Amino acid sequence: MRWIWIDKFVEFKSGQSAVALKNVTLAEEHLHDHFPGFPVMPECLMIEGMAQTAGILVGEARKFSEKVILAKIRKAVFFDYVKAGDSLMLEAKIESLAPEAASTSGRITRGEKLIAEIDLMFSHVDKNLSGKEFPEENFVFDDTSVFDSLLREVASQPPGPGAAESEQE
Amino acid sequence: MAMSREDILQQVQEILVDALGVDDDEVSLESRLMGDLGAESIDFLDIVFRLEKAFSIKIPREELFPAESLMNNPEFVSNGKLTESGLKEIRERLPHTDLSEFEKDPDLNKLGDLFTVNAIVNFVDNRLNAA
Repeated sequence: MRWIWIDKFVEFKSGQSAVALKNVTLAEEHLHDHFPGFPVMPECLMIEGMAQTAGILVGEARKFSEKVILAKIRKAVFFDYVKAGDSLMLEAKIESLAPEAASTSGRITRGEKLIAEIDLMFSHVDKNLSGKEFPEENFVFDDTSVFDSLLREVASQPPGPGAAESEQE
Repeated sequence: MAMSREDILQQVQEILVDALGVDDDEVSLESRLMGDLGAESIDFLDIVFRLEKAFSIKIPREELFPAESLMNNPEFVSNGKLTESGLKEIRERLPHTDLSEFEKDPDLNKLGDLFTVNAIVNFVDNRLNAA
């Protein structure tokens, strides 16, 4: 089983940007201990959620031909607590994309409220560590994971009004 | 648009402060990215990405930090040191770097010391201001 910190994609522009939704619930057991009597979503899990959103975006940009691994947290700043019942939007944007790596910028919001700014770097493992093996669970995305279903869902949506526009660019 | 070396240095300093989490007074022209500023391999890519954005230039990774392909080529490396042809290669690849110290003892472990703030400023200066 993998811990997945996004519930679905609400927008996906291949090679450019993605927006994922995360609903926080008290059914998440870690909230009971973090902290006792004051349940708030751990910031590290918000980073993981952003890594999943941005990692899928980066992997999909090259059609998952390379394995994508979180390589560096360039920036992580948090502005408010996240509690059960909150609906978070995780917006990720590709800043740079090279054969061996990618950098992304990201924002997490709850309604109008900015919760976090998280900028990440991903490494394309196959390009950088020729032949070295990593445990499968290290990868943000592989084609057998439940992430696949997240992406299928957003890919099957009819293109919105912005889609044609972005294709023309 | 031509930029002065001071302007370039200032931008490079800001980039290194952001990319490596160091204080701005730690970043001088002589600072070595790995030895003094604690850069790791992924940081080099981060720096390349940030330089590309800040100066609106395209930098093939090999051009600024060509260490990897050199290190993996037996023609260029023998017994942990660069061979004559390895040295020749690195002179060609790093025209913006002072190699005089390194050439006395071209130990691979010291290759990282070549990547100084000054080398980045020279590289960007050449890119922006070469006629």
